[in-house]
Amino acid sequence: MRKKTKIILGSFSVLVFLFFYIPLFVVMAFSFNDSSVGTVWTGFTTQWYESLFSNRQILSAVQNSLYIAVVTTIISTILGTLAAIALYRYNFPGKRFLNVIFYIPVAMPEIVVGISLLALYAMVGMTLGLNTVFPGHVVMATSFVMLVVMARLHGFDPAMEEAAKDLGANKWQTFWRVTFPLIFPGVLAASLLAFTISLDEFVVAFFTTGPGSNTLPVLIYSMVRRGVSPEINALSTILLIFIVIVVLIVGRVLIQIQSRGGDRS
Amino acid sequence: MKPIRNAYALLSPAIVWLTLFLVVPVALITVISFSTDGGYGLIIYEFSLDAYLQAFDPFYLQIIWQSIVWAFVSTVICLLVGYPFAYFIAHSGKWKNILLILVMIPFWSNLLIRLYAWVILLNNEGVINQLLLSIGIISEPITMLYTPFSIIVGMVYGFLPFMILPIYASIEQLDRRYLEAAEDLGAGPVSTFLRVTLPITMPGVIAGVFMTFIPAVSVFVITDLLTGNRLVMIGNVIRDAFVVEMNWQLGSALSILLMALVLLSVLIFTRFTSSRSKRMTR
Repeated sequence: MRKKTKIILGSFSVLVFLFFYIPLFVVMAFSFNDSSVGTVWTGFTTQWYESLFSNRQILSAVQNSLYIAVVTTIISTILGTLAAIALYRYNFPGKRFLNVIFYIPVAMPEIVVGISLLALYAMVGMTLGLNTVFPGHVVMATSFVMLVVMARLHGFDPAMEEAAKDLGANKWQTFWRVTFPLIFPGVLAASLLAFTISLDEFVVAFFTTGPGSNTLPVLIYSMVRRGVSPEINALSTILLIFIVIVVLIVGRVLIQIQSRGGDRS
Repeated sequence: MKPIRNAYALLSPAIVWLTLFLVVPVALITVISFSTDGGYGLIIYEFSLDAYLQAFDPFYLQIIWQSIVWAFVSTVICLLVGYPFAYFIAHSGKWKNILLILVMIPFWSNLLIRLYAWVILLNNEGVINQLLLSIGIISEPITMLYTPFSIIVGMVYGFLPFMILPIYASIEQLDRRYLEAAEDLGAGPVSTFLRVTLPITMPGVIAGVFMTFIPAVSVFVITDLLTGNRLVMIGNVIRDAFVVEMNWQLGSALSILLMALVLLSVLIFTRFTSSRSKRMTR
Protein backbone atom coordinates (compact mmCIF):
# COMPACT_ATOMS: atom_id res chain seq x y z
CA MET A 1 0.00 0.00 0.00
CA ARG A 2 1.22 3.51 -0.75
CA LYS A 3 1.88 5.81 2.13
CA LYS A 4 -0.83 8.28 1.19
CA THR A 5 -3.45 5.51 0.84
CA LYS A 6 -2.36 4.15 4.18
CA ILE A 7 -2.82 7.51 5.91
CA ILE A 8 -6.28 8.02 4.40
CA LEU A 9 -7.38 4.48 5.25
CA GLY A 10 -5.85 4.76 8.70
CA SER A 11 -7.70 7.95 9.63
CA PHE A 12 -10.90 6.49 8.18
CA SER A 13 -10.45 3.40 10.36
CA VAL A 14 -9.92 5.55 13.44
CA LEU A 15 -13.31 7.15 12.73
CA VAL A 16 -14.90 3.70 12.43
CA PHE A 17 -13.40 2.68 15.77
CA LEU A 18 -14.76 5.88 17.34
CA PHE A 19 -18.17 5.01 15.90
CA PHE A 20 -17.88 1.56 17.52
CA TYR A 21 -16.69 2.70 20.91
CA ILE A 22 -18.16 6.14 21.69
CA PRO A 23 -21.66 4.72 22.38
CA LEU A 24 -20.18 2.08 24.68
CA PHE A 25 -18.18 4.68 26.60
CA VAL A 26 -21.26 6.89 26.92
CA VAL A 27 -23.17 3.98 28.48
CA MET A 28 -20.32 3.37 30.92
CA ALA A 29 -20.08 7.04 31.86
CA PHE A 30 -23.81 7.37 32.45
CA SER A 31 -23.84 4.32 34.72
CA PHE A 32 -22.16 6.62 37.28
CA ASN A 33 -24.55 9.53 36.65
CA ASP A 34 -26.46 10.80 39.66
CA SER A 35 -29.67 11.54 37.71
CA SER A 36 -32.43 8.98 37.40
CA VAL A 37 -34.22 10.38 34.36
CA GLY A 38 -32.27 12.63 32.07
CA THR A 39 -29.24 12.14 29.95
CA VAL A 40 -27.70 15.22 31.55
CA TRP A 41 -24.67 14.74 33.79
CA THR A 42 -25.48 15.78 37.35
CA GLY A 43 -22.87 14.08 39.50
CA PHE A 44 -21.05 10.89 40.39
CA THR A 45 -22.76 7.96 42.09
CA THR A 46 -22.46 4.20 42.43
CA GLN A 47 -26.04 3.76 43.60
CA TRP A 48 -27.17 2.05 40.34
CA TYR A 49 -24.64 -0.70 40.91
CA GLU A 50 -25.92 -1.19 44.44
CA SER A 51 -29.55 -1.41 43.37
CA LEU A 52 -28.54 -3.73 40.54
CA PHE A 53 -27.02 -6.30 42.86
CA SER A 54 -30.12 -6.37 45.03
CA ASN A 55 -32.40 -6.76 42.00
CA ARG A 56 -33.71 -10.32 42.15
CA GLN A 57 -35.15 -10.20 38.62
CA ILE A 58 -31.74 -9.54 37.12
CA LEU A 59 -29.98 -12.16 39.19
CA SER A 60 -32.50 -14.84 38.24
CA ALA A 61 -32.29 -13.81 34.55
CA VAL A 62 -28.49 -14.21 34.69
CA GLN A 63 -28.99 -17.65 36.21
CA ASN A 64 -31.52 -18.65 33.52
CA SER A 65 -29.25 -17.43 30.72
CA LEU A 66 -26.26 -19.34 32.08
CA TYR A 67 -28.32 -22.52 32.44
CA ILE A 68 -29.60 -22.31 28.85
CA ALA A 69 -26.14 -21.45 27.50
CA VAL A 70 -24.54 -24.44 29.26
CA VAL A 71 -27.21 -26.90 28.04
CA THR A 72 -27.01 -25.44 24.50
CA THR A 73 -23.22 -25.64 24.49
CA ILE A 74 -23.10 -29.29 25.58
CA ILE A 75 -25.73 -30.49 23.09
CA SER A 76 -24.66 -28.40 20.09
CA THR A 77 -20.95 -29.18 20.58
CA ILE A 78 -21.65 -32.92 20.53
CA LEU A 79 -24.09 -32.78 17.59
CA GLY A 80 -21.97 -30.36 15.56
CA THR A 81 -18.65 -32.14 16.13
CA LEU A 82 -20.05 -35.56 15.19
CA ALA A 83 -21.65 -34.12 12.06
CA ALA A 84 -18.45 -32.30 11.07
CA ILE A 85 -16.41 -35.50 11.40
CA ALA A 86 -18.94 -37.40 9.28
CA LEU A 87 -19.07 -34.73 6.58
CA TYR A 88 -15.32 -34.33 6.47
CA ARG A 89 -14.29 -37.96 6.51
CA TYR A 90 -16.90 -39.91 4.60
CA ASN A 91 -18.36 -39.79 1.15
CA PHE A 92 -21.94 -40.92 1.02
CA PRO A 93 -25.08 -40.32 -1.02
CA GLY A 94 -26.79 -37.08 -0.07
CA LYS A 95 -23.65 -35.42 1.29
CA ARG A 96 -24.01 -32.27 -0.79
CA PHE A 97 -27.65 -31.97 0.21
CA LEU A 98 -26.78 -32.30 3.92
CA ASN A 99 -24.03 -29.71 3.56
CA VAL A 100 -26.68 -27.27 2.35
CA ILE A 101 -29.13 -28.27 5.09
CA PHE A 102 -26.58 -27.44 7.79
CA TYR A 103 -26.15 -23.94 6.37
CA ILE A 104 -29.87 -23.17 6.57
CA PRO A 105 -29.97 -22.22 10.26
CA VAL A 106 -27.16 -19.71 9.61
CA ALA A 107 -29.14 -18.01 6.82
CA MET A 108 -32.60 -18.39 8.36
CA PRO A 109 -34.08 -15.19 9.82
CA GLU A 110 -34.10 -15.68 13.60
CA ILE A 111 -37.67 -14.49 13.87
CA VAL A 112 -38.84 -17.40 11.69
CA VAL A 113 -36.98 -19.90 13.90
CA GLY A 114 -38.62 -18.30 16.93
CA ILE A 115 -42.23 -18.09 15.77
CA SER A 116 -42.21 -21.53 14.14
CA LEU A 117 -41.01 -23.09 17.42
CA LEU A 118 -43.70 -21.14 19.23
CA ALA A 119 -46.25 -22.61 16.81
CA LEU A 120 -44.87 -26.11 17.39
CA TYR A 121 -45.05 -25.81 21.19
CA ALA A 122 -48.61 -24.49 20.98
CA MET A 123 -49.51 -27.36 18.66
CA VAL A 124 -48.26 -30.13 20.97
CA GLY A 125 -49.61 -28.29 24.01
CA MET A 126 -46.24 -27.69 25.65
CA THR A 127 -46.13 -25.01 28.36
CA LEU A 128 -43.50 -22.38 27.65
CA GLY A 129 -40.75 -22.15 30.22
CA LEU A 130 -37.00 -22.23 30.57
CA ASN A 131 -36.64 -25.61 28.85
CA THR A 132 -38.46 -24.53 25.70
CA VAL A 133 -35.65 -22.07 24.89
CA PHE A 134 -32.60 -24.26 24.32
CA PRO A 135 -33.94 -26.43 21.43
CA GLY A 136 -33.95 -23.31 19.23
CA HIS A 137 -30.56 -22.21 20.48
CA VAL A 138 -29.13 -25.66 19.70
CA VAL A 139 -30.53 -25.41 16.14
CA MET A 140 -28.67 -22.12 15.63
CA ALA A 141 -25.46 -23.06 17.44
CA THR A 142 -24.98 -26.53 15.90
CA SER A 143 -24.36 -25.14 12.42
CA PHE A 144 -21.71 -22.74 13.73
CA VAL A 145 -20.04 -25.53 15.73
CA MET A 146 -19.98 -27.66 12.59
CA LEU A 147 -18.42 -24.90 10.49
CA VAL A 148 -15.69 -24.19 13.06
CA VAL A 149 -14.82 -27.88 13.59
CA MET A 150 -14.81 -28.47 9.81
CA ALA A 151 -12.34 -25.61 9.41
CA ARG A 152 -10.06 -27.28 11.97
CA LEU A 153 -10.42 -30.66 10.26
CA HIS A 154 -9.05 -29.21 7.04
CA GLY A 155 -5.60 -29.28 8.56
CA PHE A 156 -6.07 -32.85 9.75
CA ASP A 157 -3.89 -35.61 8.34
CA PRO A 158 -5.75 -38.96 8.06
CA ALA A 159 -2.37 -40.72 8.09
CA MET A 160 -2.26 -40.07 11.86
CA GLU A 161 -5.28 -42.29 12.40
CA GLU A 162 -3.92 -44.96 10.07
CA ALA A 163 -0.66 -44.94 12.01
CA ALA A 164 -2.57 -45.42 15.28
CA LYS A 165 -4.46 -48.36 13.79
CA ASP A 166 -1.26 -49.90 12.43
CA LEU A 167 0.20 -49.67 15.90
CA GLY A 168 -2.72 -51.73 17.20
CA ALA A 169 -5.11 -49.11 18.60
CA ASN A 170 -8.80 -49.97 18.35
CA LYS A 171 -11.47 -47.53 17.13
CA TRP A 172 -12.13 -45.90 20.50
CA GLN A 173 -8.47 -45.62 21.40
CA THR A 174 -7.77 -44.04 18.01
CA PHE A 175 -10.56 -41.52 18.51
CA TRP A 176 -9.76 -40.51 22.09
CA ARG A 177 -5.98 -40.58 21.87
CA VAL A 178 -5.36 -39.35 18.32
CA THR A 179 -8.35 -37.77 16.59
CA PHE A 180 -9.85 -35.92 19.54
CA PRO A 181 -6.64 -34.27 20.81
CA LEU A 182 -5.96 -33.06 17.27
CA ILE A 183 -9.37 -31.47 16.76
CA PHE A 184 -9.69 -30.32 20.39
CA PRO A 185 -8.74 -26.65 19.78
CA GLY A 186 -11.44 -26.50 17.10
CA VAL A 187 -13.99 -28.14 19.40
CA LEU A 188 -13.10 -25.76 22.24
CA ALA A 189 -13.38 -22.69 20.01
CA ALA A 190 -16.68 -24.01 18.65
CA SER A 191 -18.13 -24.62 22.11
CA LEU A 192 -17.17 -21.12 23.22
CA LEU A 193 -18.89 -19.74 20.14
CA ALA A 194 -22.01 -21.81 20.93
CA PHE A 195 -21.93 -20.51 24.51
CA THR A 196 -21.74 -16.85 23.46
CA ILE A 197 -24.40 -17.30 20.76
CA SER A 198 -26.83 -18.72 23.30
CA LEU A 199 -25.96 -16.25 26.07
CA ASP A 200 -26.54 -13.31 23.74
CA GLU A 201 -29.51 -14.64 21.76
CA PHE A 202 -32.66 -12.58 22.08
CA VAL A 203 -35.18 -13.21 19.30
CA VAL A 204 -35.70 -16.97 19.67
CA ALA A 205 -35.66 -16.66 23.47
CA PHE A 206 -38.25 -13.87 23.27
CA PHE A 207 -40.73 -16.15 21.49
CA THR A 208 -40.00 -19.44 23.26
CA THR A 209 -39.55 -18.50 26.92
CA GLY A 210 -42.41 -18.64 29.34
CA PRO A 211 -43.60 -15.95 31.73
CA GLY A 212 -41.37 -15.67 34.77
CA SER A 213 -38.41 -17.36 33.11
CA ASN A 214 -36.73 -14.40 31.43
CA THR A 215 -33.28 -14.78 29.99
CA LEU A 216 -30.97 -11.80 30.43
CA PRO A 217 -31.46 -10.41 26.87
CA VAL A 218 -35.24 -10.75 27.23
CA LEU A 219 -35.12 -8.88 30.54
CA ILE A 220 -32.85 -6.18 29.08
CA TYR A 221 -35.34 -5.78 26.23
CA SER A 222 -38.23 -5.17 28.59
CA MET A 223 -36.11 -2.79 30.69
CA VAL A 224 -35.00 -0.78 27.64
CA ARG A 225 -38.56 -0.66 26.33
CA ARG A 226 -39.78 0.80 29.60
CA GLY A 227 -37.41 3.68 28.99
CA VAL A 228 -34.06 5.04 29.96
CA SER A 229 -33.03 3.64 33.31
CA PRO A 230 -29.59 4.12 34.87
CA GLU A 231 -29.69 0.52 36.08
CA ILE A 232 -29.40 -0.67 32.47
CA ASN A 233 -26.26 1.45 32.13
CA ALA A 234 -24.76 -0.24 35.17
CA LEU A 235 -25.75 -3.70 33.93
CA SER A 236 -24.36 -2.97 30.45
CA THR A 237 -21.07 -1.74 31.89
CA ILE A 238 -20.65 -4.91 33.94
CA LEU A 239 -21.46 -7.08 30.92
CA LEU A 240 -19.04 -5.15 28.70
CA ILE A 241 -16.19 -5.49 31.19
CA PHE A 242 -17.03 -9.18 31.61
CA ILE A 243 -16.90 -9.68 27.81
CA VAL A 244 -13.54 -7.89 27.51
CA ILE A 245 -12.09 -10.14 30.23
CA VAL A 246 -13.48 -13.30 28.63
CA VAL A 247 -12.19 -12.27 25.18
CA LEU A 248 -8.71 -11.61 26.57
CA ILE A 249 -8.55 -14.93 28.48
CA VAL A 250 -10.00 -17.00 25.65
CA GLY A 251 -7.75 -15.32 23.09
CA ARG A 252 -4.68 -16.10 25.19
CA VAL A 253 -5.72 -19.73 25.81
CA LEU A 254 -6.46 -20.33 22.12
CA ILE A 255 -3.13 -18.82 21.05
CA GLN A 256 -1.31 -21.04 23.58
CA ILE A 257 -3.11 -24.19 22.42
CA GLN A 258 -2.50 -23.32 18.80
CA SER A 259 1.20 -22.70 19.27
CA ARG A 260 1.52 -25.96 21.21
CA GLY A 261 -0.31 -27.81 18.43
CA GLY A 262 2.02 -26.14 15.96
CA ASP A 263 5.10 -27.39 17.83
CA ARG A 264 3.83 -30.92 17.74
CA SER A 265 3.22 -31.12 14.02
CA MET B 1 -21.16 -50.61 3.38
CA LYS B 2 -19.63 -49.84 6.74
CA PRO B 3 -18.19 -46.31 6.23
CA ILE B 4 -21.57 -45.08 5.02
CA ARG B 5 -23.26 -46.58 8.05
CA ASN B 6 -20.72 -44.82 10.26
CA ALA B 7 -21.34 -41.51 8.53
CA TYR B 8 -25.09 -41.72 9.04
CA ALA B 9 -24.62 -42.78 12.66
CA LEU B 10 -22.50 -39.69 13.32
CA LEU B 11 -24.90 -37.42 11.47
CA SER B 12 -28.19 -38.73 12.78
CA PRO B 13 -28.27 -36.86 16.14
CA ALA B 14 -27.85 -33.49 14.39
CA ILE B 15 -30.31 -34.43 11.64
CA VAL B 16 -32.94 -35.57 14.13
CA TRP B 17 -32.55 -32.35 16.13
CA LEU B 18 -32.75 -30.09 13.07
CA THR B 19 -35.76 -32.02 11.78
CA LEU B 20 -37.67 -31.83 15.08
CA PHE B 21 -36.90 -28.21 15.91
CA LEU B 22 -36.46 -26.57 12.51
CA VAL B 23 -37.94 -28.55 9.61
CA VAL B 24 -41.15 -29.64 11.37
CA PRO B 25 -41.86 -26.16 12.83
CA VAL B 26 -41.29 -24.44 9.48
CA ALA B 27 -43.52 -27.03 7.79
CA LEU B 28 -46.11 -26.31 10.47
CA ILE B 29 -46.18 -22.56 9.88
CA THR B 30 -46.40 -23.25 6.14
CA VAL B 31 -49.55 -25.30 6.82
CA ILE B 32 -50.88 -22.61 9.18
CA SER B 33 -50.32 -19.92 6.54
CA PHE B 34 -52.71 -21.80 4.23
CA SER B 35 -55.28 -22.56 6.94
CA THR B 36 -58.54 -20.84 7.78
CA ASP B 37 -58.85 -18.28 10.55
CA GLY B 38 -61.49 -19.36 13.06
CA GLY B 39 -61.27 -16.11 15.03
CA TYR B 40 -59.71 -15.60 18.48
CA GLY B 41 -56.54 -17.40 17.37
CA LEU B 42 -58.41 -20.56 16.44
CA ILE B 43 -56.87 -22.43 13.51
CA ILE B 44 -59.19 -24.39 11.22
CA TYR B 45 -57.29 -26.75 8.97
CA GLU B 46 -59.11 -25.99 5.73
CA PHE B 47 -57.22 -24.69 2.74
CA SER B 48 -57.46 -20.94 2.34
CA LEU B 49 -55.43 -18.17 0.73
CA ASP B 50 -56.90 -15.50 3.01
CA ALA B 51 -53.67 -14.91 4.90
CA TYR B 52 -51.71 -14.32 1.69
CA LEU B 53 -54.43 -12.06 0.29
CA GLN B 54 -54.21 -10.10 3.53
CA ALA B 55 -50.41 -10.03 3.36
CA PHE B 56 -50.57 -8.59 -0.16
CA ASP B 57 -52.68 -5.71 1.05
CA PRO B 58 -50.98 -2.39 0.11
CA PHE B 59 -50.53 -1.66 3.83
CA TYR B 60 -48.33 -4.72 4.35
CA LEU B 61 -46.69 -4.47 0.92
CA GLN B 62 -45.58 -0.98 1.82
CA ILE B 63 -44.06 -2.23 5.10
CA ILE B 64 -42.28 -5.06 3.28
CA TRP B 65 -40.93 -2.60 0.71
CA GLN B 66 -39.77 -0.23 3.44
CA SER B 67 -38.00 -3.09 5.24
CA ILE B 68 -36.17 -4.00 2.03
CA VAL B 69 -35.16 -0.38 1.39
CA TRP B 70 -33.83 0.22 4.93
CA ALA B 71 -31.99 -3.10 5.00
CA PHE B 72 -30.57 -2.43 1.53
CA VAL B 73 -29.37 1.08 2.37
CA SER B 74 -27.75 -0.21 5.60
CA THR B 75 -26.08 -3.08 3.76
CA VAL B 76 -24.64 -0.69 1.14
CA ILE B 77 -23.32 1.64 3.87
CA CYS B 78 -21.85 -1.34 5.76
CA LEU B 79 -20.12 -2.48 2.56
CA LEU B 80 -18.73 0.99 1.75
CA VAL B 81 -17.47 1.42 5.32
CA GLY B 82 -16.56 -2.20 5.99
CA TYR B 83 -14.44 -2.94 2.93
CA PRO B 84 -11.81 -0.19 3.33
CA PHE B 85 -11.82 -0.78 7.09
CA ALA B 86 -11.23 -4.53 6.68
CA TYR B 87 -8.58 -3.76 4.05
CA PHE B 88 -6.74 -1.51 6.49
CA ILE B 89 -6.86 -4.08 9.31
CA ALA B 90 -5.65 -6.86 7.02
CA HIS B 91 -2.65 -4.69 6.07
CA SER B 92 -1.73 -3.47 9.53
CA GLY B 93 0.99 -6.05 10.22
CA LYS B 94 1.56 -6.94 13.85
CA TRP B 95 -1.40 -4.82 15.01
CA LYS B 96 -3.78 -7.00 13.02
CA ASN B 97 -4.92 -9.30 15.83
CA ILE B 98 -5.37 -6.49 18.34
CA LEU B 99 -7.45 -4.43 15.91
CA LEU B 100 -9.53 -7.50 15.11
CA ILE B 101 -10.22 -8.09 18.81
CA LEU B 102 -11.25 -4.42 19.09
CA VAL B 103 -13.83 -5.07 16.35
CA MET B 104 -15.05 -8.22 18.09
CA ILE B 105 -15.64 -6.65 21.52
CA PRO B 106 -18.66 -4.51 20.58
CA PHE B 107 -19.83 -7.40 18.39
CA TRP B 108 -19.90 -9.71 21.40
CA SER B 109 -21.81 -7.29 23.57
CA ASN B 110 -25.56 -7.54 23.44
CA LEU B 111 -27.29 -5.88 20.45
CA LEU B 112 -30.00 -4.46 22.73
CA ILE B 113 -27.41 -2.73 24.87
CA ARG B 114 -25.70 -1.29 21.82
CA LEU B 115 -29.04 0.01 20.55
CA TYR B 116 -29.79 1.46 23.96
CA ALA B 117 -26.52 3.39 23.74
CA TRP B 118 -27.91 5.09 20.64
CA VAL B 119 -31.10 6.01 22.48
CA ILE B 120 -28.91 7.96 24.90
CA LEU B 121 -26.97 9.56 22.06
CA LEU B 122 -29.78 10.41 19.61
CA ASN B 123 -32.44 11.53 22.08
CA ASN B 124 -33.84 15.06 21.78
CA GLU B 125 -32.23 15.74 25.16
CA GLY B 126 -29.44 13.35 24.23
CA VAL B 127 -25.70 13.69 24.14
CA ILE B 128 -25.39 14.67 20.47
CA ASN B 129 -28.10 17.31 20.61
CA GLN B 130 -26.71 18.84 23.80
CA LEU B 131 -23.25 18.94 22.31
CA LEU B 132 -24.48 20.64 19.14
CA LEU B 133 -26.62 23.08 21.16
CA SER B 134 -23.79 24.03 23.48
CA ILE B 135 -21.36 24.85 20.68
CA GLY B 136 -24.14 26.75 18.94
CA ILE B 137 -24.34 24.85 15.65
CA ILE B 138 -28.07 24.37 16.16
CA SER B 139 -30.55 26.41 18.15
CA GLU B 140 -33.16 23.69 18.58
CA PRO B 141 -32.64 19.97 19.10
CA ILE B 142 -32.80 17.90 15.92
CA THR B 143 -35.20 14.97 16.09
CA MET B 144 -33.06 11.95 15.24
CA LEU B 145 -34.67 9.23 17.31
CA TYR B 146 -37.98 7.94 15.89
CA THR B 147 -36.83 8.65 12.30
CA PRO B 148 -35.54 6.39 9.47
CA PHE B 149 -32.13 7.94 10.19
CA SER B 150 -32.02 6.29 13.61
CA ILE B 151 -33.02 2.95 12.05
CA ILE B 152 -30.15 3.12 9.55
CA VAL B 153 -27.71 4.12 12.32
CA GLY B 154 -28.92 1.21 14.45
CA MET B 155 -28.60 -1.29 11.61
CA VAL B 156 -25.14 -0.12 10.55
CA TYR B 157 -23.96 -0.13 14.16
CA GLY B 158 -25.47 -3.51 14.88
CA PHE B 159 -24.48 -5.37 11.74
CA LEU B 160 -21.24 -3.73 10.52
CA PRO B 161 -19.05 -6.43 12.16
CA PHE B 162 -20.94 -9.07 10.14
CA MET B 163 -19.70 -7.27 7.01
CA ILE B 164 -16.15 -6.63 8.24
CA LEU B 165 -15.24 -10.14 9.42
CA PRO B 166 -15.86 -12.16 6.22
CA ILE B 167 -14.29 -9.43 4.04
CA TYR B 168 -11.30 -9.31 6.36
CA ALA B 169 -10.92 -13.10 6.10
CA SER B 170 -10.89 -12.99 2.29
CA ILE B 171 -8.45 -10.05 2.06
CA GLU B 172 -6.22 -11.76 4.60
CA GLN B 173 -6.04 -14.93 2.47
CA LEU B 174 -5.31 -12.98 -0.71
CA ASP B 175 -2.06 -14.20 -2.24
CA ARG B 176 0.23 -11.14 -2.47
CA ARG B 177 1.86 -12.61 -5.60
CA TYR B 178 -1.25 -11.74 -7.62
CA LEU B 179 -0.77 -8.08 -6.72
CA GLU B 180 2.92 -8.21 -7.58
CA ALA B 181 2.09 -9.85 -10.91
CA ALA B 182 -0.45 -7.12 -11.70
CA GLU B 183 2.11 -4.47 -10.85
CA ASP B 184 4.77 -6.15 -12.98
CA LEU B 185 2.36 -6.20 -15.88
CA GLY B 186 1.96 -2.45 -15.57
CA ALA B 187 -1.37 -2.09 -13.74
CA GLY B 188 -1.76 0.99 -11.54
CA PRO B 189 -3.06 0.73 -7.97
CA VAL B 190 -6.66 1.51 -8.98
CA SER B 191 -6.86 -1.03 -11.76
CA THR B 192 -5.02 -3.62 -9.61
CA PHE B 193 -7.68 -3.13 -6.96
CA LEU B 194 -10.63 -3.23 -9.38
CA ARG B 195 -9.38 -6.10 -11.53
CA VAL B 196 -7.45 -8.26 -9.07
CA THR B 197 -8.17 -7.57 -5.40
CA LEU B 198 -11.92 -6.96 -5.64
CA PRO B 199 -12.78 -10.00 -7.83
CA ILE B 200 -10.65 -12.33 -5.68
CA THR B 201 -12.17 -11.08 -2.43
CA MET B 202 -15.71 -11.27 -3.85
CA PRO B 203 -16.63 -14.41 -1.82
CA GLY B 204 -15.99 -12.41 1.35
CA VAL B 205 -18.11 -9.54 0.04
CA ILE B 206 -20.95 -11.92 -0.83
CA ALA B 207 -20.83 -13.56 2.61
CA GLY B 208 -20.71 -10.13 4.28
CA VAL B 209 -23.68 -8.81 2.29
CA PHE B 210 -25.82 -11.81 3.27
CA MET B 211 -24.78 -11.75 6.89
CA THR B 212 -25.75 -8.07 7.01
CA PHE B 213 -28.87 -8.02 4.84
CA ILE B 214 -30.61 -11.10 6.28
CA PRO B 215 -30.64 -9.96 9.92
CA ALA B 216 -31.28 -6.35 8.85
CA VAL B 217 -34.38 -7.13 6.80
CA SER B 218 -35.91 -9.37 9.46
CA VAL B 219 -35.02 -7.44 12.62
CA PHE B 220 -37.74 -6.01 14.86
CA VAL B 221 -35.81 -4.72 17.88
CA ILE B 222 -34.20 -1.81 16.00
CA THR B 223 -37.49 -0.20 14.98
CA ASP B 224 -38.88 -1.16 18.34
CA LEU B 225 -36.21 0.49 20.47
CA LEU B 226 -35.13 3.39 18.24
CA THR B 227 -38.56 4.49 17.00
CA GLY B 228 -40.78 3.10 19.75
CA ASN B 229 -42.78 1.18 17.11
CA ARG B 230 -43.68 4.44 15.32
CA LEU B 231 -41.95 3.04 12.25
CA VAL B 232 -42.33 -0.66 11.65
CA MET B 233 -40.68 -3.38 9.62
CA ILE B 234 -41.90 -6.78 8.52
CA GLY B 235 -40.41 -8.30 11.70
CA ASN B 236 -42.59 -6.05 13.89
CA VAL B 237 -45.70 -7.11 11.98
CA ILE B 238 -44.85 -10.81 12.31
CA ARG B 239 -44.20 -10.46 16.03
CA ASP B 240 -47.43 -8.52 16.62
CA ALA B 241 -49.42 -11.04 14.57
CA PHE B 242 -48.13 -13.83 16.81
CA VAL B 243 -48.04 -12.31 20.27
CA VAL B 244 -50.53 -9.43 20.19
CA GLU B 245 -53.24 -9.94 17.58
CA MET B 246 -53.12 -13.77 17.66
CA ASN B 247 -53.52 -13.82 13.87
CA TRP B 248 -51.18 -16.76 13.28
CA GLN B 249 -52.25 -17.22 9.67
CA LEU B 250 -51.08 -13.74 8.76
CA GLY B 251 -47.89 -14.05 10.85
CA SER B 252 -47.09 -17.39 9.20
CA ALA B 253 -47.81 -16.09 5.69
CA LEU B 254 -45.56 -13.06 6.28
CA SER B 255 -42.83 -15.36 7.65
CA ILE B 256 -43.03 -17.52 4.52
CA LEU B 257 -42.81 -14.36 2.41
CA LEU B 258 -39.81 -13.21 4.46
CA MET B 259 -38.05 -16.53 3.86
CA ALA B 260 -38.88 -16.31 0.15
CA LEU B 261 -37.52 -12.77 0.08
CA VAL B 262 -34.25 -13.85 1.72
CA LEU B 263 -33.92 -16.81 -0.66
CA LEU B 264 -34.66 -14.64 -3.67
CA SER B 265 -32.14 -11.99 -2.67
CA VAL B 266 -29.50 -14.69 -2.16
CA LEU B 267 -30.19 -16.07 -5.65
CA ILE B 268 -30.25 -12.69 -7.38
CA PHE B 269 -27.17 -11.42 -5.64
CA THR B 270 -25.04 -14.54 -6.19
CA ARG B 271 -26.02 -14.60 -9.87
CA PHE B 272 -25.27 -10.90 -10.29
CA THR B 273 -21.88 -11.03 -8.57
CA SER B 274 -20.71 -14.28 -10.16
CA SER B 275 -21.34 -13.03 -13.71
CA ARG B 276 -19.80 -9.70 -12.81
CA SER B 277 -16.62 -11.05 -11.24
CA LYS B 278 -16.19 -13.37 -14.21
CA ARG B 279 -16.32 -10.36 -16.50
CA MET B 280 -13.90 -8.41 -14.34
CA THR B 281 -11.27 -11.11 -14.22
CA ARG B 282 -11.42 -11.68 -17.94
